[in-house]
Amino acid sequence: MARDVVIKLRGISNVFGQHVVHEDLDLDVYRGEVLGVVGGSGTGKSVLLRCIAGLRPPQAGSIEIFGQDALTCSETERREIDQRMGVMFQDGALFSSLTVRENVEVPLRTIDGLNPALRRDLADLKIAMSGLPYKAGDNYPSELSGGMRKRAGLARALALDPEIVFLDEPTAGLDPIGASAFDELIRGLSQAMGLTVFMVTHDLDSLHACCDRIAVLADKRVKYTGTMEEMLQIDHPWVHEYFHGPRARAAIATKEKAV
Amino acid sequence: MKQLVFMRQTIGARFCIENPKFAQECPRRARFITMPLHLRRRAMTLLADQTMVATRTDQKSWADQFVPMHRDRHEGNVLTTHPDPAPRTLSERATLDGADGAWHLSGALTVRSVSGVAEALDHAQGKLDLSGLTRLDTAGAYLLQRHSDRLGIVHAQPDHAALLDRVAASMPKPPAQTKASFTLVQFLDKIGRMVASAGVFLVEITAMLGMFLARLGQVIRHPGKMPMTALVHHADQVGWRAIPIVSLMSFLIGVVLAFQGAVQLRQFGAEIFVVDLIAISILRELGILLTAIIVAGRTASSFTAAIGSMKMREEIDAMRTLAIDPAMVLFVPRILALLITLPILGAVANFMGLFGGALMAWIELGVSPAVFVARLLEETGTNHVLVGFVKAPVFALIIGVIGCHAGMQVGGNAESLGAQTSSAVVRAIFAVIVADALFSIFFAIMDI
Repeated sequence: MARDVVIKLRGISNVFGQHVVHEDLDLDVYRGEVLGVVGGSGTGKSVLLRCIAGLRPPQAGSIEIFGQDALTCSETERREIDQRMGVMFQDGALFSSLTVRENVEVPLRTIDGLNPALRRDLADLKIAMSGLPYKAGDNYPSELSGGMRKRAGLARALALDPEIVFLDEPTAGLDPIGASAFDELIRGLSQAMGLTVFMVTHDLDSLHACCDRIAVLADKRVKYTGTMEEMLQIDHPWVHEYFHGPRARAAIATKEKAV
Repeated sequence: MKQLVFMRQTIGARFCIENPKFAQECPRRARFITMPLHLRRRAMTLLADQTMVATRTDQKSWADQFVPMHRDRHEGNVLTTHPDPAPRTLSERATLDGADGAWHLSGALTVRSVSGVAEALDHAQGKLDLSGLTRLDTAGAYLLQRHSDRLGIVHAQPDHAALLDRVAASMPKPPAQTKASFTLVQFLDKIGRMVASAGVFLVEITAMLGMFLARLGQVIRHPGKMPMTALVHHADQVGWRAIPIVSLMSFLIGVVLAFQGAVQLRQFGAEIFVVDLIAISILRELGILLTAIIVAGRTASSFTAAIGSMKMREEIDAMRTLAIDPAMVLFVPRILALLITLPILGAVANFMGLFGGALMAWIELGVSPAVFVARLLEETGTNHVLVGFVKAPVFALIIGVIGCHAGMQVGGNAESLGAQTSSAVVRAIFAVIVADALFSIFFAIMDI
């Protein structure tokens, strides 16, 4: 059986004034996979993420999520789609006037009839699942470190058990130990909850550690998609430089050591 | 026409049900066919069974003659997508049934349906059969784990079991909490802290004032250090742009004073004294005081918001690391701009207040402008004007220092920015009025 496509992008164009970011871009995301999106600065990785998450409609093209056209559907249908997706922004984008627990409770509040005690417990569960200590739930985002804020952002994105999560540079700004713990967290959650993960990243170690498939953005479209092994074979100059540069060699070495 | 439509509907429905192959040939067309709902459902089920992935074909078929009458996206989707192994809807339902010792959970146990069975699960005991469960998410798994000491979970599907294990591994463990009771000591402690923080506030305000004066001294010794562009910018923001509102307010106050005075003074035939009334009250008190209150509302808040948002985004820390003195760059131009413009605004307010008063005195009492001016020049001493203007720089300092200080108190979140902004306005207005009262007492004692 062919793999189930949850996100289907066709002919996406994004233009900022004179600057063309995407032109006729196609991409499929399959159910249950962890997709890493890479590309040089300014190739529109985050723009693509914002397009799919519904924060910025593209100038042209179609976006199908769960088989439903996300651009032409009604407000209600779009909300239903949104409830099945979670987004973790680069710095968490937590509401600064709420504690971490209240932040995680915000999406849970949209569910009718969920009693407050259970809602609180579920928020605590999500906080624990994203690897934060129990006490962090009472803290305000400004009292947390960058890594903890990212985890709290992930906890909020996972609050409603979405089918797809979007991660914008999840490991940027984390120390190597924190970053690899985060990779494992994403991998583990994706397996346990059957999550589809759409991850924009620059971190070669994360690509090695948790991505099933990699999509390379170059020349205004998704130039290549494939596994890490396939990426290593491609001889496009940028892709080659990216996956064979000094940092990439270090990442491969670490991976081989781990195996 | 109605009959025709009905005929089409029935024919379309029959055709779909009897010829499932039609869907493979032309599935897109199929969803345009209008038919009664129950027939449509049957048709769709048949079609969904027939074909998993429907592809569009350009093949012409006699179905072309059907007119698109009604489009239903939801049911259209049944045709064009894979059915999810356990399709999600926003109205999921889980049912728990059984008697003592043998419970059976079926349906979808997710965040949307846990509330329905949470209570029933509290009473369940013994074995819990999960074989009928179609979907389970972390919320459902959490609920099951919470009862796992009483309930033996059996027949869980492998992926559900994996999720249960994952949730079990990260069940939140709240630390034992000691409940604090409210005692008299705590009450006194709270009051003590409030008093102490009020003292700290006064010390900090004084420190801020001292810092400003010290930097001002530096600027006077080395005029090149003066951030002139910033000063002009702030003078424009604080002074020039406040002129319309200050003028209007002052004009109206003059009008009101003249009108109220006229009503009272006419009883004694002492209409002419309305000039003294207006002149003394506006020049001595109201012109400057009301200007200061308006400026406190306009400017203290903008100082706090501007400095506070820079503090929030660590821009002020960045300045310090770049060896730029935040006090020189941020506070001096702002407070100095206030010091320069508040007396000017006061003068504008005085003029507009007298103008409003004169106008009203002319209309209401027939005191002609010429008489008004003559009386004003003869009878009103310059000491009233001086008393008014002496206060302006003091008010300017109070507003500026309180505004800048509140900006520096902003913490890391947006809420503290709002709280500090509003408290800056309240404090500045309060302090201006207190200072005005002190001035009044002082001038009364000195007999000026």
